[in-house]
Amino acid sequence: MGKYWNESMECATLDEMRALQSFRLQKTVKRVYANVPYYRDMMDKAGVKPEDIRSVDDLHLLPFTCKQDLRDTYPYGLFAAPLDDVVRLHASSGTTGKQIVVGYTRKDLDMWSDCVARALTAAGATKSDFMHISYGYGLFTGGLGLHDGATKVGMTTIPVSSGNTKRQITILKDFGSTFICCTPSYALYLAETMKEMGVSKSDIKLKAGIFGAEAWTEQMRKEIEDKLGCKAMDIYGLTEITGPGVAFECECQNGMHINEDNFIPEIIDPDTGEVLPEGSEGELVFTCINKEAFPILRYRTKDICVLEREKCACGRTLIKMRKPRGRTDDMLIIRGVNVFPSQIESVLLSLGDTAPYYQIVVDRKNNTDTFEIQVELPEHMLSDTIKTIEDMEAKITEALHSTLGIQPKIRLVEPKSLPRSEGKAVRVIDKRKLVD
Amino acid sequence: MTVKQLSVFVENRPGRLSAITRLLGDANINIRAMSIADTKDFGILRLIVDDAEKALKVLKDEGCSVTITNVLVLRIDDRPGSLAQAMNALYKDNISVEYMYAAFINTESNTACLVLRVDDNDKATVALYDSGYKLLSQNELG
Repeated sequence: MGKYWNESMECATLDEMRALQSFRLQKTVKRVYANVPYYRDMMDKAGVKPEDIRSVDDLHLLPFTCKQDLRDTYPYGLFAAPLDDVVRLHASSGTTGKQIVVGYTRKDLDMWSDCVARALTAAGATKSDFMHISYGYGLFTGGLGLHDGATKVGMTTIPVSSGNTKRQITILKDFGSTFICCTPSYALYLAETMKEMGVSKSDIKLKAGIFGAEAWTEQMRKEIEDKLGCKAMDIYGLTEITGPGVAFECECQNGMHINEDNFIPEIIDPDTGEVLPEGSEGELVFTCINKEAFPILRYRTKDICVLEREKCACGRTLIKMRKPRGRTDDMLIIRGVNVFPSQIESVLLSLGDTAPYYQIVVDRKNNTDTFEIQVELPEHMLSDTIKTIEDMEAKITEALHSTLGIQPKIRLVEPKSLPRSEGKAVRVIDKRKLVD
Repeated sequence: MTVKQLSVFVENRPGRLSAITRLLGDANINIRAMSIADTKDFGILRLIVDDAEKALKVLKDEGCSVTITNVLVLRIDDRPGSLAQAMNALYKDNISVEYMYAAFINTESNTACLVLRVDDNDKATVALYDSGYKLLSQNELG
């Protein structure tokens, strides 16, 4: 097996790629306009007709889609294929606890797994390899996304899913896994647990790991490579676009190739919406041009990023994105889970008359994110008995856990002890060093 | 007969007790009994003072989180077995003690004073009076 999974796409000339993109874009816009009233209204309001979109150069005429549009049309309002043809749903959490739902036809799953297969092949995987999948299986796109890609390559998939770290290590060792995929912080946690169990990196056969779903640094990469004795490769994706495999790293490990035959990237000025030239830093926007069920148009990812079309030593011509440097909104990714401060505010508000002052403190200890919410003790919660206060604390923890999908540590603090600032309060202290 | 107890929420960090007690001292408020219930992150400082209303205002003005609870202050003989007797007086009427602590008030040398937080002040008052005990009133705290 060669070095590329889909050489004609991964190594196409710029002209070929633009021609294909233009063709697919036109087709997608026509279909979406015809099948999705929400998009039709959006385009009508913007004064754009499907026939105005003749090539990728006309992409900027289309209106943006953002997360709010997905919420407004929940659950199936943006689907462009009949539900009869949809064979899979995935979902991810949103800001107000309401999740967003995406769908896939058979062809969509085929396209997605092709993207993941490219990523795995770029990491050196072949059908002789074993893929240990530690991403959670479920509505989250990580588990099944990597599973389908690995199956397509012909790898022996080991669908371990998440949790039970000691058992994971036993399986890694006994089944002879040569590839693994999980979040980078879990990879480090695995390495630590291996050490505790007396398992050395020579006891396992890992060649490479595909790590994504959260921000990580070059330093973490070195640490993972050193401790697990394998290459650590980055992968990028988001549920709204398809899941993991929107972009992937090659052996050069400096930027991720975007599967632009399926997803056209743009960089825009987040304030004006104006398209910025290649090489500028701005908000990453994707248009899906090869999907049937959920072909989102100009989706604003809120990731701050740079695109570079340079000749890559690996031979691929696919445009590269740098690791996202931050976000335009206040979304935090904690242990792989999306958390918005507004969610915390609404939960606190639901428990009392007024939302108390709070501050989120995120850190990374022993390679795992810590998530503490400091809450100024509201008047009505004060009692002369510890038990009453602890019961309230437990109630807050539980309410936040069920809304956020991740359990915070609640720390009650004295009134007026959290810093006030003019204008917007400083709600988040992120001590993790996620950007080099 | 109950006495007003102040409960102050105190974070576990250096200097908090110093600041709160200084506030009371500067306002010329005398602490007659106190205890701290502590957890890993915070504590509740419980205080019986000679002027509860004034103390409440002083602390609130400084932004402290304070609440007032009515508790009983009981005088017992200062000898072995007398606390057990008092507890038995409550127990026989099925009254639960949520917490209690010793007070500084000591007007007579052969007695001791206790602050009691029970589940039912009225029932406890009756039970203690019936057994011949003396409860202190707010104006006996000076």
